[in-house]
Amino acid sequence: MSGSVKRNAYAAILAGGSGTRMGNSEKPKQFLMLGSKPVLVHTVEKFCLAGSFDEVIVLCPEAWLRQTRDLLRKYSPAFADEVTVIAGGATRNDTVMAAVRYVEGRCESVADAVLVTHDAVRPFVSQRIIEENIEAARAHGACDTVFPATDTIVESRDAGTISAIPNRSVLYQGQTPQSFNLAKLKELMLGLTEDEKSILTDACKIFVLRGEKVALVRGDSSNMKITYPQDMRLASALLEG
Amino acid sequence: MLNCVYRLIAPRSIEPVQLEVSSEDAAAVAVRPTHLSICNADMRYYLGTRGADVLARKLPMALIHEGIGRVLRDPSGTFAPRQRVVMLPNNPHEIDPFIAENYLRSSEFCGSGFDGFMQECLYLPARRVLALPEGIDDETAAFTEIVSVAMHAVTRFEAIAHARRDCVGVWGDGNLGYIVALILRMRYPSMRIVVVGRNAHKLADFTFADETYTSYELPASLRVDHAFECCGGDGAAAAIDQIIDAVQPEGTVSLLGVSENPVPVNTRMVLEKGLRLFGSSRSGRADFEAVVSLYREKPEVLDYLSLLVGDVVPVRSVADMTRAFEADLRKAMGKTIMEWRV
Repeated sequence: MSGSVKRNAYAAILAGGSGTRMGNSEKPKQFLMLGSKPVLVHTVEKFCLAGSFDEVIVLCPEAWLRQTRDLLRKYSPAFADEVTVIAGGATRNDTVMAAVRYVEGRCESVADAVLVTHDAVRPFVSQRIIEENIEAARAHGACDTVFPATDTIVESRDAGTISAIPNRSVLYQGQTPQSFNLAKLKELMLGLTEDEKSILTDACKIFVLRGEKVALVRGDSSNMKITYPQDMRLASALLEG
Repeated sequence: MLNCVYRLIAPRSIEPVQLEVSSEDAAAVAVRPTHLSICNADMRYYLGTRGADVLARKLPMALIHEGIGRVLRDPSGTFAPRQRVVMLPNNPHEIDPFIAENYLRSSEFCGSGFDGFMQECLYLPARRVLALPEGIDDETAAFTEIVSVAMHAVTRFEAIAHARRDCVGVWGDGNLGYIVALILRMRYPSMRIVVVGRNAHKLADFTFADETYTSYELPASLRVDHAFECCGGDGAAAAIDQIIDAVQPEGTVSLLGVSENPVPVNTRMVLEKGLRLFGSSRSGRADFEAVVSLYREKPEVLDYLSLLVGDVVPVRSVADMTRAFEADLRKAMGKTIMEWRV
């Protein structure tokens, strides 16, 4: 990428959601406008600005490839040429794997390449979080961005009564980015059985289940995920002016 | 482009807000702050000691106008990615043949009515960014702005004061007094520099000055050709009074200290002696350039400046920012530096 410093680090912006949760709108929520630009464009710009990545990759549904490229050109002409848009997969795991395959064909050294994966619908990610993800993935092999849980979390195994109330002081809410050593991520993902693939929707969980350490990066309350229609209103309200 | 700005919304209360960067700003040099230095002016906002009308008019506003950073991106190609730079807080909108950029009423100044450097990323035109030489300690480089203010004052002195400059007095034993006296020493190795302050333990650190006196023990016979007032606040009136007595006829008095209230001046004696009193405030790009040249040509100045580094507070959250300002409140002297990692 022009203007960046090569660090054998790659950003994968996961824009694979179908957007079916956005009320009546069928449009994936990363394409909705936040201020003067689509959510996805704001997110991509954060990663391009960081200047820490050899390449910023957007993974979106195949049907949205052209529109995604069009939107980047229209709303972010300064960065559009620095972003690669490719098709993701049917599931989050498939999309992450598509990123792994793309990057291993591009990077100089798979052994020490770092892949930073991030939800396209978290546009308020900060430069600190991005920087600390690269550092933590480099130092520990994997990291997850988390924020201390503020609500009490209740466990119910029968969906009717409480089975446990875990101690909140040791609980965190998972955010993104999640970042990995590329070679390790590929090895663990390829080792999943079909049954495991269907239930392991979180790449960090794969590391944990295989006994690999995953470092924590402190997230931020503003690093919100735009999931439901009211989240879009909240995100707009966060924008001053 | 989204950018998080950390604004003071009320005394002792900082809040993050998300701003959408304009397309004009997005084409500027993007600088990620790395080390920010707290100034007394910031503290007056933080503590709410500015007048209620000023606070009502200027807040919410991001504080801080002293700092350095690293370039993330520069579409103009003037700066390289990761290049270490100092950010210039003054934003002039016009060029005047007689009025310097820092005195133009149309200029905007960071942390005084306009958002300061407490931001995730700054978008500045190339003329407000200056490359720093390698090898300078980050914490010391962080307060280059106040050094440029002192440099500006000395440059104005050189333009206004008559040429007999054998003995110059600096009133004020704080950071600004220290730096003004230091720059005078660097510029005038043979000048007799006299520093007057209230605290003997602070004056003891002015090792490069020829003489130091507490204001309570100032010899009645002391005469200086010119003087700098670097006290401000409650001490300004007494200092100016003492200066008017000590300065020789036709001498100049550079006023640098900021006072919230009007300061009485013995104009009878100003008239009798034909003194020239002039204000000196803030700085412009030329002053920053002069400071960076000084860093290069006389690196010993950095050794003296590094002694001013006080608490260095890593800042990754709003709570850390508050911690840094509260630490600055407790200090006797020196600069509190925020290691900016937000």
